[in-house]
Amino acid sequence: MLSVAARGWTDDATPPALQPDSRNLEQQASVIVLSVRGACKAFGFVTALHGVSVDLRQGELIGLLGPNGAGKTTLIRAITGRVALDAGRIELFGHPVAGAGPRAHLGVVPQDVAVYPLLTARENLEVFGRLQGLAGADLRRQVEWALERSGLTDRSREPVQNLSGGMRRRLNLACGVVHRPPVLLLDEPTAGVDPQSRERIYEMLAALRAEGTSILLATHQLEEAEARCERIVILDHGQVVASGSLEELVDQTLGRRRLVTITLAEPLAEPPPGLSADPGHLTLRTQLRDVVAELPPLLRRVEEGGGRVQDLEVRTPSLQSVFIHLTGRELRE
Amino acid sequence: MIGTVLRIGWINLKRDRAAQGLTFVLPIVFFSIFALILGNQGRRPTARIRIALANEDDSDFSRRVSQALQAQPALRVRTSVKVGDRETPIDRGRAEAMVRRGDVTAAVILPSGLGEAVSRAEAEGPTIRLLSDASDPIAGPVLQGLVQKAVMEAAPDLMVKRGLAQLERYAGALTAAQRSAIDRWRPAPAAPGASGRGPDERIERSAFGIGIESAAVFGNQANSPIAFYAAGIGVMFLLFSCAGAGGSLLEEVESGTLERLLSCRLTMRGLLAGKWLFLTLMGVAQTAIMFTWGALVFDLELRKHIPGFLVMTVVTAGAAGAFGLTLAAASRSRAQLSAISTILILTMSALGGSMFPRFLMGETMQRIGLVTFNAWALDGYLKVFWRNAALWELWPQLLVLALLTALFLGSARLLARRWETI
Repeated sequence: MLSVAARGWTDDATPPALQPDSRNLEQQASVIVLSVRGACKAFGFVTALHGVSVDLRQGELIGLLGPNGAGKTTLIRAITGRVALDAGRIELFGHPVAGAGPRAHLGVVPQDVAVYPLLTARENLEVFGRLQGLAGADLRRQVEWALERSGLTDRSREPVQNLSGGMRRRLNLACGVVHRPPVLLLDEPTAGVDPQSRERIYEMLAALRAEGTSILLATHQLEEAEARCERIVILDHGQVVASGSLEELVDQTLGRRRLVTITLAEPLAEPPPGLSADPGHLTLRTQLRDVVAELPPLLRRVEEGGGRVQDLEVRTPSLQSVFIHLTGRELRE
Repeated sequence: MIGTVLRIGWINLKRDRAAQGLTFVLPIVFFSIFALILGNQGRRPTARIRIALANEDDSDFSRRVSQALQAQPALRVRTSVKVGDRETPIDRGRAEAMVRRGDVTAAVILPSGLGEAVSRAEAEGPTIRLLSDASDPIAGPVLQGLVQKAVMEAAPDLMVKRGLAQLERYAGALTAAQRSAIDRWRPAPAAPGASGRGPDERIERSAFGIGIESAAVFGNQANSPIAFYAAGIGVMFLLFSCAGAGGSLLEEVESGTLERLLSCRLTMRGLLAGKWLFLTLMGVAQTAIMFTWGALVFDLELRKHIPGFLVMTVVTAGAAGAFGLTLAAASRSRAQLSAISTILILTMSALGGSMFPRFLMGETMQRIGLVTFNAWALDGYLKVFWRNAALWELWPQLLVLALLTALFLGSARLLARRWETI
């Protein structure tokens, strides 16, 4: 797979990241394939990016999160060379992204289903493959691969306008990866698709990652980002407000406290000290830093206060909690 | 890359039945309608004037005039109408009623006593009367001229006799020698149908010996209107088709496909070049199909003019394609493109002669028309089909169209910068 990507490199120096034989996997994972440093961009009076820095390592899947208007799409467009930065630098395998050479090693899956509706799935893959420099036997092989991976082989000869929304989304992804780029940028690839198509899309991404593809995924699907991405970058107002694994984000923002919810069989007249109660005094809540050490004494206090525990829930802070904590509850549109 | 852009355009056109109809069928339909209505199927460039003739005189002179009028190729003369089962000669009342009803454009009344008055060379006496529909400003004067021609051709001897009588009345009697000389010169009575009776006649001599010679110096007169409407309609629809197809650029912007295209190795310059090439090829096919239809159905002389036609068509289609791309690049949306292109193309077509021949316009309008694309393209086609011009004689039109192409392509490239890196 990596040799396919390296074949299209037009500069004299083949990117070191694309020489798998010379490095072990651990070394590869430390190789930065995409580097964004201090990216700034303003549209008139609106600041879209304000000093954004992100590194994408080989084989890594980064989730790029943020409210609408946070700068995610602008960042992706800047990486593809479609937005000229006011300041900062973006490098792909150590080369500035401006120019067709580095761009050939990028796969882009836009937010819109950007394919030709009157062309068949196969024809779309062929034209986008050609536009990415594929030809002849390579093109035919890659088109078959993309059709098979996206589950569209059986419908490959139908015009896209006859396909379902999920199929079009899968084709949208397939057109972005038909040339098997070493770096893949995705902008909301699963918006509006059914669970089956979504699962197939993530299977495709997992297969690509297994082959060494590095992926930057901009999404609003927090549960998916939490489950699939090993690192998360949260953008807001054009700035990176948090970056790291989910555990690191939780530590950086909410800390290690866990939310404990106790449901009682009968209401208490007064909640025990250190616990807050709902108006009916049937549900008690508190936060614990060390669940193992602090939960048994807490339950004893409730029983001693006359409470009979019917149900107990201990919740780890989710990415949703972190996200809301960092970006607030205020509507952005 | 350009080949791939061409392929996208071709497949889209192949699958879009509506676009095929608008591009290839609609121009043929419009051209056929114009050719049938205005070109008279290419066989009679101008319709004949329909007249009613009431001969109340029944003299030798009136019969000769009547025959001369009926022999005029520009006239369709009715001398009788059907009343019940019988054909009845038209009289003055019926003739007037026919003009009023619009059955005929005009009527000629040869009143009783006309022949006798002419033979006596009387200055006073009955006169030929014309009744015409005032809403047709052309038919009346044309008919008046044709009646005078018919009279002169039908009875030149009587006209000379009448003229001499008038001369003697006001200038005094002729001498015996003068009268003898005139008798030798005076023309004999003309036989009906002897002159001025057919389109093939080349020289017409009046009673006084002044000849008018007419000759066709270029073109096949029967085909000229067809060639004009083929070129006029063809160029207009070429512009419509190219503007419509150029809108694919806006569809790509709106669907996000342009973003993806430009994220590939394709540059905006390559994309525009591919689209322009596609529009040019589509335009050539569209025009070729329409002219072929004209040749098959309306006897348009295409085969004799193939080199000139191909040169003009390729250059015109190239300019129209560039024009379509410029309009698309200047528009914000498909709806805006549709509105702007409709207004612009209809205006250009009206001024440039696609709807009404420029050579029939006033000089000022003809000069104004030269600012339009259509005028130069049509001038080129008319040079080919009407004037049998050699290829090199097309250089002014080809040069202007080539310059317009360069101007349009440059404009499209500049306007499309807003979709590039921002």
